[in-house]
Amino acid sequence: MTKTTSILKVAFRAMGRNKMRSLLTALGIIIGVACVVATIGIGEGARVQAESQLQSLGTNFLMIFPGTTTSSGARSGWGSNSKLSEQDVDAIRQEVSSVSYVSASIRSVAQVVYGNQNWSTSIQGGEVDWPAIRSWNVAEGQFFTDADNRAAAKVCVLGRTVATTLFGDEDPIGKMIRIKNIPFRVVGVLEAKGGSMMGQDQDDTVIAPYQTVRKKIMGTTSVGMIMTAVSSPEQVTQAQEEISALLRQRHKLNKAAGQEDDFMIRSQTEMLQQAEQQARTMAVLLWSIAGVSLLVGGIGIMNIMLVSVTERTREIGVRMAIGAKGADIRAQFLVEAVVLAVAGGILGIGLGVGIQQAVGKFAGWPVLVSTSSVSLAFLFSALIGVTFGFYPALKASQLDPIEALRYE
Amino acid sequence: MAGPTVSEPVIRLSDLTRVYQMGDTEVRALDGVSLDVSPGEFLAVMGPSGSGKSTFMNIVGCLDRPTSGTYVLEGMDVSTLDRNERAGIRNDKIGFVFQSFNLLARTSALENVELPLLYSRKHSLSDAEQLVKARGCLARVGLAERWDHTPAQLSGGQQQRVAVARALVNDPSIMLADEPTGNLDSKTSDEIMGIFQSLNEEGKTVVLITHEHDIAEYARRVVAFRDGRIVSDELMKNRRAAKGAK
Repeated sequence: MTKTTSILKVAFRAMGRNKMRSLLTALGIIIGVACVVATIGIGEGARVQAESQLQSLGTNFLMIFPGTTTSSGARSGWGSNSKLSEQDVDAIRQEVSSVSYVSASIRSVAQVVYGNQNWSTSIQGGEVDWPAIRSWNVAEGQFFTDADNRAAAKVCVLGRTVATTLFGDEDPIGKMIRIKNIPFRVVGVLEAKGGSMMGQDQDDTVIAPYQTVRKKIMGTTSVGMIMTAVSSPEQVTQAQEEISALLRQRHKLNKAAGQEDDFMIRSQTEMLQQAEQQARTMAVLLWSIAGVSLLVGGIGIMNIMLVSVTERTREIGVRMAIGAKGADIRAQFLVEAVVLAVAGGILGIGLGVGIQQAVGKFAGWPVLVSTSSVSLAFLFSALIGVTFGFYPALKASQLDPIEALRYE
Repeated sequence: MAGPTVSEPVIRLSDLTRVYQMGDTEVRALDGVSLDVSPGEFLAVMGPSGSGKSTFMNIVGCLDRPTSGTYVLEGMDVSTLDRNERAGIRNDKIGFVFQSFNLLARTSALENVELPLLYSRKHSLSDAEQLVKARGCLARVGLAERWDHTPAQLSGGQQQRVAVARALVNDPSIMLADEPTGNLDSKTSDEIMGIFQSLNEEGKTVVLITHEHDIAEYARRVVAFRDGRIVSDELMKNRRAAKGAK
């Protein structure tokens, strides 16, 4: 029996002697580590999904939102007073050569009725370029035409969820549905797209010609936003600058007078960065919670190790009498603390992965068991064992063998 | 005062004192003790409680250091060694047997006997060699078959035999037994003393601390302490031989 195996054996025996106590002691570490593993896994999964979704939109995707307007010093909220017009859309289409697709877009929520089924969903108005920009094609039937848009024809394309909800197994193509009591003819059904990064069902939507939605459903004159696709990812910055210059000129914004943009151009990269920033903030928060929990767990370990040193004073005395040096005793108790912490860590990792899978299954989120978070959690628990086990171990190693042998 | 042989003494104590500070008063637990113990002796140290025999044992066992005077163990001055050096000496040269056995609970007899080998720096034995050695020591005290028993499964006498085997495993220069029969009945005491006697006959130096006359009678030489001084030092006449001694 080598010294190492013996030390480990004694450590496990000490843990086994008081199973309940060991478990309760390790609980702090278990919870802390489970917290780290579960939250990081869920967060990581959400981040990866958000990225892949943004990526799937295409890196050459640009959105132009109406900006805030300032009147007498009071800034109204985002998009509160849209200065984007249909003429702006046409101007971009004609004058910005780096942009290959442009679509005005508008969005509302309305009740959709077919027969005795009804469903509240988002109604999006778009133009013919919409499928190309969103890289989202029609699975059945066809998309509406430019003529439909110009004529504000009452036709629509259904998202997969809406189609299934309203029609079940029935073929929706050519059927009439009512949106805000206005009859629309279904001309197509979109491909299933799945959940978005915010967890919304993207398929829960109805697409209709922009003009139809604007006039018939919303009764407004302003454009909700403009979606564009740039010819190539390299031209994104250039397109952004060109669009900005064009809109400033069209909106008669004077740089010298310090007039700010009354619109916002968002590129995919920026949205990606925003998503990452959010993920980072979340991670910091989660780590601090986990940190507190691990600290508490560490204190628990220190407490129980001090009790253990007192309980085993006599054993320490015997070991010293037969030749254990201070370092031997120190190693013994340090290893016990580490074994306790690491055992807690392993249980915590198991629990964390379990929670993660359960949450993933329950909420339908993708989860990612990242090796880095697992190994980090493992390393952390070992580190806690060393840190909080050190003082009790030191105390044990400094006992006077004569006193320790006499201890009852 | 010399022992039965003329070789270099195993233990040579010269004018040893040990003073404890108890508040304002000084307690001289040992007050100028000089003693030589030759290899192969069987020495009993006697005295009432408070006579200094425990302090004597602690210093001879390298658990404690003298306040003044020197202690030479096998030609080496060990009176000024630090904690760790003394731990090494204890492991290497001293085999302790305690009144309350002091075996590790829930640990097999064999593992208890192996324990000193674990802390040994003298010879690095392989696992197999350690096992052979530990089993040999258990066999020497007649417990070869009970190697896997834990202390709870052994009688008091058997536990003390395991403790003797543990003391033997590193081939110590001296066996230091502190009231080894204090917790045993007279029959078992006789068996344990028999083991000490036969070890002594094989050449082991044994130092026995006791306050019982009939236990001291198993020794060859008796030193009596009173108030921190040696008051008598004589060879045992009518030495008692254990019935079970081999």
